[in-house]
Amino acid sequence: MTYQNNPPVVSRLSQSLTTICLAVGIILALIIAGKTTSAAMQFHALILIVTFFAGIVALFNLGGRINEVEHKPSPSGVYYNNTIVKYGVIASCFWGIAGFLVGDILAWELAFPVLNMDMPWTNFGRLRPLHTSAVIFAFGGNVLIATSFYVVQRTCKARLAGEIAPWFVFWGYQLFIVLAATGYLLGITQSKEYAEPEWYVDLWLTIVWVVYLLVFLGTIWRRKEPHIYVANWFYLAFIVTIAMLHLVNNASLPISFVEPKSYTLFAGVQDALTQWWYGHNAVGFFLTAGFLAIMYYFVPKRAERPIYSYRLSIVHFWSLIFLYIWAGPHHLHYTALPDWAQTLGMTFSVMLWMPSWGGMINGLMTLSGAWDKLRTDPVLKMLVVSVAFYGMSTFEGPLMSIKAVNGLSHYTDWTIGHVHSGALGWVAYVSFGALYCLTPWLWGRKGLYSLKLVNIHFWVSTVGILLYICAMWVSGIMQGLMWRAYTDLGFLEYSFVETVAAMQPYYIIRAIGGLLFIVGSLVMVYNLWRTILGHTAGEESPENISKAIAAQALGE
Amino acid sequence: MKLLNKHAVFEKNSILLLVGILIMVSIGGLVEIVPLFYLENTIEKVEGVRPYTPLELAGRNIYVREGCYTCHSQMIRSTRDEVERYGHYSLAAESMYDHPFLWGSKRNGPDLARVGNKYSDDWHREHLKAPSSVVPETIMPGYPFLAETKLSYENIGLDIKTNQIIGVPYTDEQVENAVEDLKAQLDENSDGYDAFMERYPSAQVRDFDGNPREITELDALIAYLQMLGTLVDFSIYDESENNR
Repeated sequence: MTYQNNPPVVSRLSQSLTTICLAVGIILALIIAGKTTSAAMQFHALILIVTFFAGIVALFNLGGRINEVEHKPSPSGVYYNNTIVKYGVIASCFWGIAGFLVGDILAWELAFPVLNMDMPWTNFGRLRPLHTSAVIFAFGGNVLIATSFYVVQRTCKARLAGEIAPWFVFWGYQLFIVLAATGYLLGITQSKEYAEPEWYVDLWLTIVWVVYLLVFLGTIWRRKEPHIYVANWFYLAFIVTIAMLHLVNNASLPISFVEPKSYTLFAGVQDALTQWWYGHNAVGFFLTAGFLAIMYYFVPKRAERPIYSYRLSIVHFWSLIFLYIWAGPHHLHYTALPDWAQTLGMTFSVMLWMPSWGGMINGLMTLSGAWDKLRTDPVLKMLVVSVAFYGMSTFEGPLMSIKAVNGLSHYTDWTIGHVHSGALGWVAYVSFGALYCLTPWLWGRKGLYSLKLVNIHFWVSTVGILLYICAMWVSGIMQGLMWRAYTDLGFLEYSFVETVAAMQPYYIIRAIGGLLFIVGSLVMVYNLWRTILGHTAGEESPENISKAIAAQALGE
Repeated sequence: MKLLNKHAVFEKNSILLLVGILIMVSIGGLVEIVPLFYLENTIEKVEGVRPYTPLELAGRNIYVREGCYTCHSQMIRSTRDEVERYGHYSLAAESMYDHPFLWGSKRNGPDLARVGNKYSDDWHREHLKAPSSVVPETIMPGYPFLAETKLSYENIGLDIKTNQIIGVPYTDEQVENAVEDLKAQLDENSDGYDAFMERYPSAQVRDFDGNPREITELDALIAYLQMLGTLVDFSIYDESENNR
């Protein structure tokens, strides 16, 4: 089936309007630079001025590139916007490596504190938010934006809405990352975990996010298919819920419109629950719903099988988004949060196990009749193992949310291990799988440079993850037990620092695990780079993969 | 199943889908968070909790800036070992003026909710400069630059004012005298001392960093650390009044 479509055009009007907005932004930044007392804020204003100016130049360049070039539609007659997804793939690789690297530096700092070097911008406290933001928002966010732009076009059989808007989303998001990251190093933070950026960076992200929602919805409105595909439900839930969480949790009042410092509107216990309502649903909607959308598109594509159960995906979707939002209070067990809220949070967290496993089953069972491909296609293996890790951490999560278990696990490395089994095993692996799929499809290659390298990546990283999470299980449970150990005479057995000293071997194992994970990722980046260059390692590609890839390489 | 067939309505209409999602994801937050703002027993009734002095607030902002909360919690849970190790479990009232809260989520180092007056200023000075000089097994980084950096307090009036606007019960007098109060807390013999003590009755006054010539970031941070958890007198606190 083919569709009649007009080739894309950039209109003069939208070019002019965007230029005016960027010019206004430059003037605002100039005012801030002139009036602020903070050198860091001045630096940020400078970044804004340079970026907005570059944006104006790029706008006219984009107009030329789109309007004066002859566009070739895909075989089905759709003019897909592939260029922006290509940028997203490269940005994902870049930020992924950067974020993993900072994480491993932190791991070594915990094992050997001398590595902190006792300088403000190298100390653990400022680098830790840099790591979490880089992996969640820079790496994860870029993967989500890139894949959502790819998937929504393919499943709607329509070109991405807008010509300028998607680029604004892409570059605006990179600007958000740079402002957030440099801000942490310079000491600009509001200290709320995973929501550290200050008020002006939050405002900028809000603008970018609204445009992102409009581009996504606009593409759905152009769809040629009557039904909205299940992956897009998850993307939509991710986009709107993150918007809601971001706006409420970052509600704050700056001390002045030219200073970086602000104070959150909520205080103490209310602020704590708002934060963990946000924090847990950054996991639920950024790191789960968004990446489930990737699962719902890429696993069936790669396995060449339809989704296992349409009904299960409906039940899975609505129950997951409904239950997740309640789970926040399990971060505050036995604290000054009222008991009723703790119990409610625990109850919903345990219930959350069901929809999570519903999603896992739907993903895994999609391979019915295609299990043999796991032997021949390491990319599919990576995708499937990611779903298995998802199942494991969504079992561990409800377990840890039970008050009695949480009493032991909270404040310890067990939490860190749990997060990383989800982040490395699930989020990163499903992202790697998607990147391995997308690169040959987008650049029109018959296949990856080397499937053997994918296999090496898989095994090196998997060993790394296992070292990481096992080390954290041992150190976390051990420290939790040491904190509550009593002597025969009824005194606490260990001083705090004794429990810290006992952690060192596990911190070294963890840091080695992290290093292996980075090595694996570098192998991936090399493999993708050679694929983009059009090289092949001369391996024989299994029949069933080459067919799937060939169809996609045509642009469908 | 007939019900599931009706789902096509959502699949064919993006706005309905959007509204459906918004309703589903709003309920949990509304039920759990909103009552915390009106249920009276959420925050205990206690004596002694007061807003931070300007110097303590400046110290708190350094604590935030350096990411101390990434390794130190300020929330003692109500379990036997925690209470024996750190002191009385934390009350919601003790962080009622904390914008933002700093309860933390991970203990690479010990809890700090009641670290105030537990160690001498001298100990804190040495410890912050080079932690392993006083605790050999520690994994904490050193912060030698705090003693060398002059505290920037030109905006402290704005900080106090902003806190007043969002509901911290600072008086107008406290807002106007923020800079004087900040200086007065470092010197018992200063002209502003009496007025400062009247505005913040339980505050500790001394030169915290051992360097009376300069107001440094170390002054502010130690002033903050030394007041943590000291405001409520637990010898007269009645738990049974605040069961919830």
